Amino acid sequence: MKYTALHSAHIELGAKMGEFAGYDMPLYYKLGVMKEHEWTRASCGLFDVSHMGQAMFKGAGAAELIEKLTPSSYEKVKPFRTKYTVLTNEQGGIIDDLMVTKTDDDQFHFVLNAGCKDKDIAWIKQHLSEDIEFHHYDDWALIALQGPKAEEVVREVLGYDLSDLPYMAVWPRDDFEMFISRLGYTGEDGFEISVPNKDALELWNKLAAHAAVEPIGLAARDSLRLEMGYCLYGHDINDTTTPVEADIAWVMGNGDNTGFIGADVILPQKENGALRKRVGVKLTDKGVAREGAEIRNESDEKIGELTSGGFGPSVQGAIGQGYVPIEYAQEGTKIFVNVRGRNIAAEIASMPFVQPSTKSMKKAA
Amino acid sequence: MSELKFTNEHECIMVDGDVAWVGITPYAQEALGDLVYVELPEVGKQVKKGEDFAVVESVKTAAEVYSPVDGEVIEANDNMPDDLALISKPVADGGWIAKIKISDPSQLEGLMDEAAYQDYLKTVD
Repeated sequence: MKYTALHSAHIELGAKMGEFAGYDMPLYYKLGVMKEHEWTRASCGLFDVSHMGQAMFKGAGAAELIEKLTPSSYEKVKPFRTKYTVLTNEQGGIIDDLMVTKTDDDQFHFVLNAGCKDKDIAWIKQHLSEDIEFHHYDDWALIALQGPKAEEVVREVLGYDLSDLPYMAVWPRDDFEMFISRLGYTGEDGFEISVPNKDALELWNKLAAHAAVEPIGLAARDSLRLEMGYCLYGHDINDTTTPVEADIAWVMGNGDNTGFIGADVILPQKENGALRKRVGVKLTDKGVAREGAEIRNESDEKIGELTSGGFGPSVQGAIGQGYVPIEYAQEGTKIFVNVRGRNIAAEIASMPFVQPSTKSMKKAA
Repeated sequence: MSELKFTNEHECIMVDGDVAWVGITPYAQEALGDLVYVELPEVGKQVKKGEDFAVVESVKTAAEVYSPVDGEVIEANDNMPDDLALISKPVADGGWIAKIKISDPSQLEGLMDEAAYQDYLKTVD
Protein backbone atom coordinates (compact mmCIF):
# COMPACT_ATOMS: atom_id res chain seq x y z
CA MET A 1 0.00 0.00 0.00
CA LYS A 2 1.17 3.52 -0.80
CA TYR A 3 0.69 6.57 1.41
CA THR A 4 0.43 10.28 0.72
CA ALA A 5 2.36 12.83 2.77
CA LEU A 6 -0.90 13.58 4.61
CA HIS A 7 -1.67 10.03 5.74
CA SER A 8 -0.94 10.70 9.42
CA ALA A 9 -3.33 13.69 9.36
CA HIS A 10 -6.18 11.49 8.11
CA ILE A 11 -5.55 8.92 10.85
CA GLU A 12 -5.44 11.66 13.46
CA LEU A 13 -8.74 13.07 12.16
CA GLY A 14 -10.33 9.65 12.60
CA ALA A 15 -10.93 9.03 8.91
CA LYS A 16 -12.33 5.75 7.67
CA MET A 17 -9.53 4.68 5.35
CA GLY A 18 -9.75 2.53 2.26
CA GLU A 19 -7.66 1.52 -0.72
CA PHE A 20 -7.90 3.66 -3.84
CA ALA A 21 -5.53 3.17 -6.78
CA GLY A 22 -3.02 1.48 -4.50
CA TYR A 23 -3.12 4.24 -1.87
CA ASP A 24 -4.55 4.12 1.64
CA MET A 25 -6.92 7.09 1.36
CA PRO A 26 -9.61 8.72 3.53
CA LEU A 27 -13.08 7.63 2.37
CA TYR A 28 -14.85 9.81 4.89
CA TYR A 29 -14.20 11.54 8.19
CA LYS A 30 -16.35 12.04 11.28
CA LEU A 31 -18.99 14.16 9.51
CA GLY A 32 -19.93 11.30 7.20
CA VAL A 33 -20.44 11.37 3.43
CA MET A 34 -23.73 13.28 3.32
CA LYS A 35 -22.64 16.12 5.58
CA GLU A 36 -19.22 16.32 3.93
CA HIS A 37 -20.93 16.71 0.58
CA GLU A 38 -23.24 19.42 1.88
CA TRP A 39 -20.42 21.18 3.73
CA THR A 40 -18.42 21.46 0.50
CA ARG A 41 -21.38 23.01 -1.34
CA ALA A 42 -22.10 25.42 1.53
CA SER A 43 -18.68 26.30 2.96
CA CYS A 44 -15.27 24.84 2.15
CA GLY A 45 -14.02 21.26 1.88
CA LEU A 46 -10.39 20.21 2.19
CA PHE A 47 -9.29 17.19 0.13
CA ASP A 48 -6.07 15.23 -0.05
CA VAL A 49 -5.62 14.36 -3.71
CA SER A 50 -1.88 13.76 -3.49
CA HIS A 51 -2.34 10.30 -4.98
CA MET A 52 -2.85 11.97 -8.33
CA GLY A 53 0.11 12.22 -10.67
CA GLN A 54 1.88 15.52 -11.26
CA ALA A 55 4.28 15.78 -14.16
CA MET A 56 5.76 18.25 -16.60
CA PHE A 57 7.57 18.31 -19.89
CA LYS A 58 9.41 21.17 -21.56
CA GLY A 59 11.76 21.90 -24.41
CA ALA A 60 11.76 22.35 -28.17
CA GLY A 61 8.85 20.41 -29.63
CA ALA A 62 6.81 20.26 -26.40
CA ALA A 63 3.96 22.24 -27.99
CA GLU A 64 3.83 19.81 -30.90
CA LEU A 65 3.98 16.84 -28.57
CA ILE A 66 1.07 17.93 -26.39
CA GLU A 67 -1.03 18.34 -29.55
CA LYS A 68 -0.08 14.83 -30.57
CA LEU A 69 -0.94 13.28 -27.20
CA THR A 70 -4.22 15.16 -26.67
CA PRO A 71 -6.89 16.34 -29.14
CA SER A 72 -6.93 19.89 -27.74
CA SER A 73 -5.12 22.86 -29.20
CA TYR A 74 -2.87 25.08 -27.15
CA GLU A 75 -1.51 27.62 -29.61
CA LYS A 76 -3.94 30.32 -28.53
CA VAL A 77 -3.86 29.31 -24.89
CA LYS A 78 -2.18 31.90 -22.71
CA PRO A 79 0.50 30.86 -20.24
CA PHE A 80 -0.79 29.73 -16.83
CA ARG A 81 -4.12 28.66 -18.28
CA THR A 82 -5.35 25.12 -17.72
CA LYS A 83 -7.35 22.86 -20.02
CA TYR A 84 -9.27 19.72 -19.22
CA THR A 85 -8.43 17.18 -21.92
CA VAL A 86 -7.73 13.51 -22.60
CA LEU A 87 -4.84 11.32 -23.69
CA THR A 88 -6.03 9.30 -26.68
CA ASN A 89 -4.85 5.98 -28.12
CA GLU A 90 -4.67 4.94 -31.80
CA GLN A 91 -8.18 3.50 -31.64
CA GLY A 92 -9.57 6.82 -30.46
CA GLY A 93 -10.07 5.55 -26.92
CA ILE A 94 -9.21 7.51 -23.79
CA ILE A 95 -6.02 6.54 -21.96
CA ASP A 96 -6.76 9.05 -19.21
CA ASP A 97 -8.45 12.39 -18.63
CA LEU A 98 -6.21 15.08 -17.22
CA MET A 99 -5.58 18.74 -16.58
CA VAL A 100 -2.92 20.37 -18.74
CA THR A 101 -1.48 23.74 -17.77
CA LYS A 102 0.59 25.67 -20.27
CA THR A 103 3.30 27.32 -18.20
CA ASP A 104 5.31 28.52 -21.21
CA ASP A 105 5.14 28.12 -24.99
CA ASP A 106 7.14 24.93 -24.73
CA GLN A 107 6.29 23.84 -21.20
CA PHE A 108 3.25 21.93 -19.96
CA HIS A 109 2.27 20.64 -16.53
CA PHE A 110 -0.14 17.73 -16.03
CA VAL A 111 -2.34 16.35 -13.31
CA LEU A 112 -3.10 12.68 -13.97
CA ASN A 113 -5.44 10.17 -12.36
CA ALA A 114 -3.82 8.11 -9.60
CA GLY A 115 -4.85 4.80 -11.15
CA CYS A 116 -3.50 5.81 -14.57
CA LYS A 117 -0.36 7.76 -13.78
CA ASP A 118 2.11 4.92 -14.30
CA LYS A 119 0.74 3.95 -17.71
CA ASP A 120 0.33 7.65 -18.66
CA ILE A 121 3.93 8.42 -17.82
CA ALA A 122 5.16 5.38 -19.74
CA TRP A 123 3.01 6.45 -22.69
CA ILE A 124 4.25 10.05 -22.61
CA LYS A 125 7.88 8.95 -22.29
CA GLN A 126 7.43 6.71 -25.31
CA HIS A 127 6.71 9.83 -27.37
CA LEU A 128 9.40 12.14 -26.00
CA SER A 129 12.12 13.42 -28.30
CA GLU A 130 15.64 14.03 -27.06
CA ASP A 131 15.05 17.76 -26.77
CA ILE A 132 12.16 17.39 -24.35
CA GLU A 133 12.81 17.07 -20.66
CA PHE A 134 10.26 15.17 -18.58
CA HIS A 135 9.77 15.39 -14.84
CA HIS A 136 7.46 13.45 -12.52
CA TYR A 137 6.74 15.34 -9.31
CA ASP A 138 6.42 12.15 -7.32
CA ASP A 139 7.46 13.87 -4.11
CA TRP A 140 4.81 16.57 -4.31
CA ALA A 141 1.41 16.64 -2.65
CA LEU A 142 -1.85 18.04 -3.98
CA ILE A 143 -4.44 19.61 -1.71
CA ALA A 144 -7.84 20.72 -2.99
CA LEU A 145 -9.88 23.41 -1.31
CA GLN A 146 -13.41 23.49 -2.70
CA GLY A 147 -16.50 25.48 -1.89
CA PRO A 148 -17.90 29.01 -1.82
CA LYS A 149 -15.63 30.02 1.07
CA ALA A 150 -12.41 28.69 -0.51
CA GLU A 151 -11.24 32.13 -1.66
CA GLU A 152 -11.83 33.59 1.80
CA VAL A 153 -9.98 30.69 3.44
CA VAL A 154 -6.94 31.15 1.20
CA ARG A 155 -6.93 34.85 1.98
CA GLU A 156 -7.28 34.42 5.71
CA VAL A 157 -4.97 31.43 6.14
CA LEU A 158 -2.29 32.05 3.53
CA GLY A 159 -2.64 35.79 3.04
CA TYR A 160 -3.11 35.50 -0.73
CA ASP A 161 -5.83 37.48 -2.46
CA LEU A 162 -6.87 35.31 -5.39
CA SER A 163 -10.07 37.16 -6.23
CA ASP A 164 -8.65 38.07 -9.67
CA LEU A 165 -7.53 34.56 -10.54
CA PRO A 166 -9.88 33.22 -13.24
CA TYR A 167 -11.32 29.70 -13.36
CA MET A 168 -8.94 27.20 -15.00
CA ALA A 169 -5.85 29.28 -14.35
CA VAL A 170 -2.70 28.94 -12.27
CA TRP A 171 -1.46 31.80 -10.14
CA PRO A 172 1.60 32.99 -12.04
CA ARG A 173 4.24 33.16 -9.34
CA ASP A 174 7.64 31.56 -9.35
CA ASP A 175 8.98 33.00 -6.13
CA PHE A 176 7.91 30.08 -3.99
CA GLU A 177 7.52 26.33 -4.25
CA MET A 178 3.77 26.16 -4.70
CA PHE A 179 1.30 26.07 -7.56
CA ILE A 180 -2.20 27.32 -6.90
CA SER A 181 -4.80 26.56 -9.59
CA ARG A 182 -8.39 27.71 -9.58
CA LEU A 183 -10.21 24.53 -10.54
CA GLY A 184 -11.51 21.31 -9.05
CA TYR A 185 -13.75 18.28 -9.30
CA THR A 186 -16.81 19.43 -7.38
CA GLY A 187 -18.43 22.20 -9.45
CA GLU A 188 -17.71 24.66 -6.66
CA ASP A 189 -15.29 27.53 -6.76
CA GLY A 190 -11.98 26.48 -5.31
CA PHE A 191 -8.33 25.71 -5.68
CA GLU A 192 -5.85 22.92 -5.99
CA ILE A 193 -2.58 23.61 -4.26
CA SER A 194 0.50 21.70 -5.26
CA VAL A 195 3.37 21.68 -2.76
CA PRO A 196 6.44 19.56 -2.04
CA ASN A 197 5.69 16.70 0.36
CA LYS A 198 7.88 18.30 3.03
CA ASP A 199 5.53 21.30 3.24
CA ALA A 200 2.25 19.45 2.80
CA LEU A 201 1.35 18.58 6.38
CA GLU A 202 1.95 22.09 7.68
CA LEU A 203 -0.21 23.54 4.89
CA TRP A 204 -2.97 20.97 5.47
CA ASN A 205 -3.05 21.65 9.20
CA LYS A 206 -3.21 25.40 8.69
CA LEU A 207 -6.10 25.09 6.25
CA ALA A 208 -7.91 22.47 8.34
CA ALA A 209 -7.80 24.77 11.38
CA HIS A 210 -9.98 27.42 9.69
CA ALA A 211 -13.55 27.40 11.03
CA ALA A 212 -15.05 27.28 7.52
CA VAL A 213 -13.05 24.17 6.60
CA GLU A 214 -13.83 20.47 7.07
CA PRO A 215 -11.78 17.59 5.66
CA ILE A 216 -13.66 15.68 2.95
CA GLY A 217 -13.05 12.09 1.89
CA LEU A 218 -13.13 10.34 -1.45
CA ALA A 219 -16.73 9.17 -1.03
CA ALA A 220 -18.12 12.72 -0.99
CA ARG A 221 -15.65 13.69 -3.70
CA ASP A 222 -17.38 11.06 -5.83
CA SER A 223 -20.94 12.24 -5.10
CA LEU A 224 -19.89 15.85 -5.71
CA ARG A 225 -18.37 15.05 -9.11
CA LEU A 226 -21.28 12.78 -10.04
CA GLU A 227 -23.72 15.65 -9.53
CA MET A 228 -21.60 17.70 -11.92
CA GLY A 229 -21.63 14.99 -14.56
CA TYR A 230 -17.85 14.79 -14.50
CA CYS A 231 -16.29 11.58 -15.76
CA LEU A 232 -14.52 9.18 -13.42
CA TYR A 233 -11.82 7.37 -15.34
CA GLY A 234 -12.14 3.59 -15.42
CA HIS A 235 -15.89 3.94 -14.93
CA ASP A 236 -17.46 6.58 -17.18
CA ILE A 237 -14.58 6.63 -19.64
CA ASN A 238 -11.86 4.13 -20.51
CA ASP A 239 -9.59 3.07 -23.35
CA THR A 240 -12.55 1.84 -25.41
CA THR A 241 -14.68 5.00 -25.17
CA THR A 242 -13.94 7.90 -27.48
CA PRO A 243 -14.26 11.57 -26.48
CA VAL A 244 -17.24 11.85 -28.86
CA GLU A 245 -19.03 8.89 -27.27
CA ALA A 246 -18.19 10.29 -23.82
CA ASP A 247 -19.77 13.60 -24.89
CA ILE A 248 -16.61 15.53 -24.12
CA ALA A 249 -15.79 16.35 -27.74
CA TRP A 250 -15.70 19.98 -26.57
CA VAL A 251 -12.14 19.34 -25.39
CA MET A 252 -11.27 19.61 -29.10
CA GLY A 253 -12.46 23.22 -29.19
CA ASN A 254 -12.75 24.54 -32.72
CA GLY A 255 -10.97 21.53 -34.08
CA ASP A 256 -7.70 23.28 -34.81
CA ASN A 257 -5.75 20.19 -33.78
CA THR A 258 -6.09 17.46 -36.42
CA GLY A 259 -2.79 15.66 -35.88
CA PHE A 260 -3.36 13.94 -32.54
CA ILE A 261 -3.17 10.20 -31.93
CA GLY A 262 -6.50 8.62 -32.82
CA ALA A 263 -7.62 11.57 -34.97
CA ASP A 264 -8.52 9.28 -37.87
CA VAL A 265 -11.16 7.64 -35.65
CA ILE A 266 -12.25 10.60 -33.57
CA LEU A 267 -12.52 13.37 -36.19
CA PRO A 268 -14.93 11.48 -38.50
CA GLN A 269 -16.95 10.54 -35.41
CA LYS A 270 -17.07 14.17 -34.35
CA GLU A 271 -18.36 15.02 -37.83
CA ASN A 272 -20.88 12.20 -38.22
CA GLY A 273 -21.75 11.45 -34.62
CA ALA A 274 -21.17 8.29 -32.62
CA LEU A 275 -23.56 5.36 -32.27
CA ARG A 276 -23.67 5.66 -28.51
CA LYS A 277 -23.33 8.47 -26.05
CA ARG A 278 -22.64 9.04 -22.36
CA VAL A 279 -25.77 10.47 -20.78
CA GLY A 280 -27.09 11.50 -17.40
CA VAL A 281 -29.74 9.32 -15.80
CA LYS A 282 -32.17 10.47 -13.16
CA LEU A 283 -34.38 8.02 -11.30
CA THR A 284 -37.99 9.18 -11.29
CA ASP A 285 -39.17 6.41 -8.98
CA LYS A 286 -37.79 5.46 -5.58
CA GLY A 287 -34.52 3.60 -5.28
CA VAL A 288 -30.84 3.94 -5.91
CA ALA A 289 -29.00 2.49 -8.90
CA ARG A 290 -25.26 2.03 -8.93
CA GLU A 291 -22.53 1.23 -11.42
CA GLY A 292 -23.35 -1.87 -13.44
CA ALA A 293 -27.14 -1.53 -13.25
CA GLU A 294 -28.70 -2.31 -16.63
CA ILE A 295 -30.43 0.48 -18.52
CA ARG A 296 -33.55 -0.84 -20.26
CA ASN A 297 -35.97 0.69 -22.73
CA GLU A 298 -39.74 0.71 -22.36
CA SER A 299 -39.87 -2.75 -23.99
CA ASP A 300 -37.61 -4.02 -21.20
CA GLU A 301 -34.68 -4.57 -23.58
CA LYS A 302 -31.19 -3.84 -22.29
CA ILE A 303 -29.79 -0.73 -23.98
CA GLY A 304 -26.83 0.00 -21.75
CA GLU A 305 -25.41 0.01 -18.25
CA LEU A 306 -24.74 2.63 -15.62
CA THR A 307 -21.06 3.49 -15.43
CA SER A 308 -21.58 5.51 -12.23
CA GLY A 309 -24.57 5.87 -9.98
CA GLY A 310 -25.66 6.79 -6.52
CA PHE A 311 -27.54 9.25 -4.42
CA GLY A 312 -26.92 12.94 -5.07
CA PRO A 313 -27.26 14.76 -1.73
CA SER A 314 -27.72 18.17 -3.40
CA VAL A 315 -30.07 16.74 -6.03
CA GLN A 316 -31.90 14.89 -3.25
CA GLY A 317 -32.35 11.98 -5.58
CA ALA A 318 -30.70 9.06 -7.29
CA ILE A 319 -28.60 9.89 -10.34
CA GLY A 320 -26.13 8.19 -12.61
CA GLN A 321 -24.29 8.15 -15.89
CA GLY A 322 -24.15 5.54 -18.60
CA TYR A 323 -23.88 4.87 -22.30
CA VAL A 324 -26.97 4.40 -24.45
CA PRO A 325 -27.51 4.10 -28.22
CA ILE A 326 -27.86 7.55 -29.71
CA GLU A 327 -31.59 7.11 -30.38
CA TYR A 328 -32.18 6.97 -26.60
CA ALA A 329 -29.81 9.81 -25.72
CA GLN A 330 -32.31 12.63 -25.87
CA GLU A 331 -33.10 14.38 -22.60
CA GLY A 332 -36.42 13.24 -21.15
CA THR A 333 -36.38 9.80 -22.79
CA LYS A 334 -38.13 7.36 -20.48
CA ILE A 335 -36.02 4.39 -19.47
CA PHE A 336 -35.67 1.89 -16.65
CA VAL A 337 -32.70 0.99 -14.54
CA ASN A 338 -32.75 -2.57 -13.33
CA VAL A 339 -31.71 -3.03 -9.73
CA ARG A 340 -31.66 -6.54 -8.29
CA GLY A 341 -34.18 -7.69 -10.90
CA ARG A 342 -36.55 -4.79 -10.40
CA ASN A 343 -37.10 -2.07 -13.00
CA ILE A 344 -37.02 1.43 -11.55
CA ALA A 345 -38.44 4.22 -13.72
CA ALA A 346 -35.86 6.76 -14.82
CA GLU A 347 -35.18 9.25 -17.56
CA ILE A 348 -32.31 10.62 -19.55
CA ALA A 349 -31.32 13.89 -17.90
CA SER A 350 -29.04 16.72 -18.87
CA MET A 351 -25.81 17.14 -16.93
CA PRO A 352 -24.70 18.73 -14.72
CA PHE A 353 -27.45 17.73 -12.30
CA VAL A 354 -26.55 20.76 -10.16
CA GLN A 355 -25.64 24.19 -11.49
CA PRO A 356 -21.90 24.76 -11.12
CA SER A 357 -20.69 27.70 -9.03
CA THR A 358 -17.27 27.96 -10.62
CA LYS A 359 -15.90 31.41 -11.44
CA SER A 360 -15.68 32.95 -14.87
CA MET A 361 -12.78 31.89 -17.07
CA LYS A 362 -12.44 35.51 -18.11
CA LYS A 363 -9.98 37.66 -16.27
CA ALA A 364 -11.69 39.54 -13.47
CA ALA A 365 -11.94 43.28 -14.01
CA MET B 1 -42.24 -8.20 25.02
CA SER B 2 -39.55 -10.75 24.46
CA GLU B 3 -35.83 -10.09 24.62
CA LEU B 4 -33.90 -9.13 21.51
CA LYS B 5 -31.89 -11.55 19.41
CA PHE B 6 -29.03 -10.77 17.05
CA THR B 7 -27.30 -12.25 14.01
CA ASN B 8 -23.65 -11.91 13.10
CA GLU B 9 -24.80 -9.94 10.02
CA HIS B 10 -26.11 -7.30 12.45
CA GLU B 11 -29.82 -7.93 12.19
CA CYS B 12 -31.77 -7.26 15.34
CA ILE B 13 -34.82 -9.44 16.01
CA MET B 14 -37.71 -9.19 18.40
CA VAL B 15 -39.66 -12.42 18.70
CA ASP B 16 -43.36 -11.89 19.20
CA GLY B 17 -45.01 -15.30 19.47
CA ASP B 18 -44.35 -16.98 16.12
CA VAL B 19 -43.39 -13.73 14.39
CA ALA B 20 -39.90 -12.21 14.08
CA TRP B 21 -39.72 -8.43 13.79
CA VAL B 22 -36.45 -7.78 11.97
CA GLY B 23 -34.40 -4.57 11.85
CA ILE B 24 -30.72 -3.69 11.83
CA THR B 25 -28.51 -2.90 14.79
CA PRO B 26 -27.00 0.51 15.65
CA TYR B 27 -23.63 -0.95 14.66
CA ALA B 28 -24.94 -1.69 11.15
CA GLN B 29 -26.49 1.76 10.88
CA GLU B 30 -23.23 3.38 11.89
CA ALA B 31 -21.30 1.32 9.34
CA LEU B 32 -23.72 2.20 6.56
CA GLY B 33 -23.83 5.92 7.26
CA ASP B 34 -26.56 8.19 5.94
CA LEU B 35 -29.44 6.14 4.58
CA VAL B 36 -31.14 7.14 1.37
CA TYR B 37 -33.53 4.29 0.65
CA VAL B 38 -34.93 1.03 2.00
CA GLU B 39 -36.16 -1.60 -0.42
CA LEU B 40 -38.88 -3.60 1.31
CA PRO B 41 -39.90 -7.20 0.62
CA GLU B 42 -43.30 -8.06 -0.77
CA VAL B 43 -45.79 -9.41 1.71
CA GLY B 44 -46.19 -13.16 1.16
CA LYS B 45 -42.57 -13.65 0.14
CA GLN B 46 -41.13 -16.94 1.39
CA VAL B 47 -37.68 -16.53 2.84
CA LYS B 48 -34.99 -18.92 4.00
CA LYS B 49 -32.69 -18.36 6.95
CA GLY B 50 -29.68 -16.39 5.71
CA GLU B 51 -31.44 -15.22 2.54
CA ASP B 52 -31.74 -11.52 1.86
CA PHE B 53 -35.23 -10.08 2.01
CA ALA B 54 -34.61 -6.31 2.02
CA VAL B 55 -31.92 -3.86 0.99
CA VAL B 56 -30.80 -0.77 2.87
CA GLU B 57 -29.17 1.84 0.66
CA SER B 58 -26.88 4.51 2.06
CA VAL B 59 -24.90 7.17 0.23
CA LYS B 60 -21.96 4.83 0.44
CA THR B 61 -23.34 1.43 -0.40
CA ALA B 62 -26.23 -1.02 -0.62
CA ALA B 63 -26.51 -3.56 2.17
CA GLU B 64 -28.68 -6.64 2.14
CA VAL B 65 -30.76 -7.53 5.15
CA TYR B 66 -30.86 -11.28 5.82
CA SER B 67 -33.66 -13.29 7.30
CA PRO B 68 -32.76 -14.85 10.66
CA VAL B 69 -35.19 -17.74 10.10
CA ASP B 70 -37.18 -19.63 7.46
CA GLY B 71 -40.61 -18.15 7.09
CA GLU B 72 -43.03 -15.86 5.30
CA VAL B 73 -43.04 -12.08 5.19
CA ILE B 74 -46.38 -11.09 6.68
CA GLU B 75 -45.81 -7.35 6.89
CA ALA B 76 -43.34 -4.78 5.57
CA ASN B 77 -42.80 -1.41 7.22
CA ASP B 78 -44.31 0.77 4.50
CA ASN B 79 -43.61 3.93 6.51
CA MET B 80 -39.89 3.38 6.43
CA PRO B 81 -39.00 4.40 2.83
CA ASP B 82 -40.61 7.78 3.50
CA ASP B 83 -39.21 8.15 6.99
CA LEU B 84 -35.73 6.67 7.04
CA ALA B 85 -35.13 7.88 10.58
CA LEU B 86 -37.37 5.00 11.68
CA ILE B 87 -34.52 2.56 11.13
CA SER B 88 -32.67 3.95 14.13
CA LYS B 89 -35.64 3.35 16.42
CA PRO B 90 -35.91 0.19 18.49
CA VAL B 91 -37.27 -2.72 16.46
CA ALA B 92 -40.41 -2.82 18.58
CA ASP B 93 -40.93 0.93 18.20
CA GLY B 94 -40.93 1.44 14.43
CA GLY B 95 -37.41 0.25 13.64
CA TRP B 96 -38.53 -3.06 12.15
CA ILE B 97 -38.16 -3.52 8.40
CA ALA B 98 -40.36 -6.60 8.06
CA LYS B 99 -42.25 -9.11 10.16
CA ILE B 100 -41.55 -12.73 9.31
CA LYS B 101 -43.76 -15.62 10.38
CA ILE B 102 -41.37 -18.21 11.77
CA SER B 103 -41.67 -21.73 10.28
CA ASP B 104 -39.10 -23.41 12.51
CA PRO B 105 -38.75 -21.88 15.99
CA SER B 106 -35.72 -24.06 16.71
CA GLN B 107 -33.73 -21.79 14.38
CA LEU B 108 -34.03 -19.03 16.97
CA GLU B 109 -31.72 -20.95 19.25
CA GLY B 110 -28.77 -20.19 17.01
CA LEU B 111 -29.16 -16.43 17.44
CA MET B 112 -27.17 -14.34 19.89
CA ASP B 113 -28.61 -12.55 22.89
CA GLU B 114 -27.64 -8.96 23.70
CA ALA B 115 -24.61 -9.91 25.81
CA ALA B 116 -23.30 -12.38 23.22
CA TYR B 117 -23.77 -9.80 20.47
CA GLN B 118 -21.84 -7.17 22.41
CA ASP B 119 -19.02 -9.69 22.84
CA TYR B 120 -19.22 -10.48 19.13
CA LEU B 121 -18.91 -6.77 18.24
CA LYS B 122 -15.58 -6.68 20.01
CA THR B 123 -14.28 -9.27 17.55
CA VAL B 124 -15.32 -7.38 14.41
CA ASP B 125 -13.46 -4.45 12.97
